Amino acid sequence: MTFINYASREINCKIVYYGPGLCGKTTNLQYIYDSTAPQAKGKLISLATETDRTLFFDFMPLELGTVRGFKTRFHLYTVPGQVYYDASRKLILKGVDGVVFVADSQEERMDANIESLYNLEENLQSQGFDLMKIPYVLQLNKRDLPNVIPVDELTAELQKKGEPVFDAVATEGDGVFDTLKAVAKQVLTELRKG
Amino acid sequence: MAEAPVVINEENFRRIKSSLAQLCVACRARVVFLVDRDGQPIAFHGDIGDMDTTSFSSLAAGNVAATSSMAKLIGEDEFPAVVHEGERESIFISVIGRSLLVVVFDERSTLSLVKLRTKKVSFEVAKILEDIAYSSANQSLNETSFFAEITDDDIDSLFT
Repeated sequence: MTFINYASREINCKIVYYGPGLCGKTTNLQYIYDSTAPQAKGKLISLATETDRTLFFDFMPLELGTVRGFKTRFHLYTVPGQVYYDASRKLILKGVDGVVFVADSQEERMDANIESLYNLEENLQSQGFDLMKIPYVLQLNKRDLPNVIPVDELTAELQKKGEPVFDAVATEGDGVFDTLKAVAKQVLTELRKG
Repeated sequence: MAEAPVVINEENFRRIKSSLAQLCVACRARVVFLVDRDGQPIAFHGDIGDMDTTSFSSLAAGNVAATSSMAKLIGEDEFPAVVHEGERESIFISVIGRSLLVVVFDERSTLSLVKLRTKKVSFEVAKILEDIAYSSANQSLNETSFFAEITDDDIDSLFT
């Protein structure tokens, strides 16, 4: 949930990157971390297994600048994608302000995308949120790989409510900031509505 | 939609800071934090050195979230407190509703002293948090109008 502190003039929001295992959620965060000026970011914390798979979550605070004198800080989280870490995913969705669903564009990962998206809807519901009402962006990652499903087809299958859709190659940074910008904008717009 | 924002005004922030300062002295802590259970840092008092307080808050919340889920699995509602004892520095986390009071202390203090003092201050902090929840739910038009005035250009300017 968004925290607005009038004394320190800060707005803090929470954005969660969701998606199936190995879809590139951590890579999105890593690219944002590597491309951001040191004064705008905190540490990138990765609670990962020995093989670098996300165990609990990745986290990085990102300061985007000021809106009307208020510092805006986004807390970016990823969830572990593997099916059996569902309890962790539920915990990380607590108090979320906006969600990015990172889909893996490869044909063989289509079922995993659908399963993860269904899981997102369920877990949001269990935390009292409705995917249809929460700030939400769909990213189609790994567009550089040879066996990808065409964008139209993937969008038709995964888009839930007319949310912004971005092609991405997170390893190269393509689409990474467009995705972040779109979800951050929705979160701030939501705040404006009150 | 996402949950309604938590709005902390100057007066409530000052009250929180004052309670944290009091607790920090009373239990001879290095630093005391108030953190939201979702990982947002609210306030701190004490010596943070070069500690990344935002990451620290997020990890404290993750820690409590994980242990609370473990509690449920063994038939407990939740663990009201979590302790980590290190060789030099230790951490005591007390759950107060949807917030966490986190005390970092060293050999100048003891766990029993920290527990005792934290319990006392936690009632005071709980009252302030109640007031914040009440005022967040009943914000005056004056306060919310500030955000209504944010324009698309203001938001776009964050990304240029």
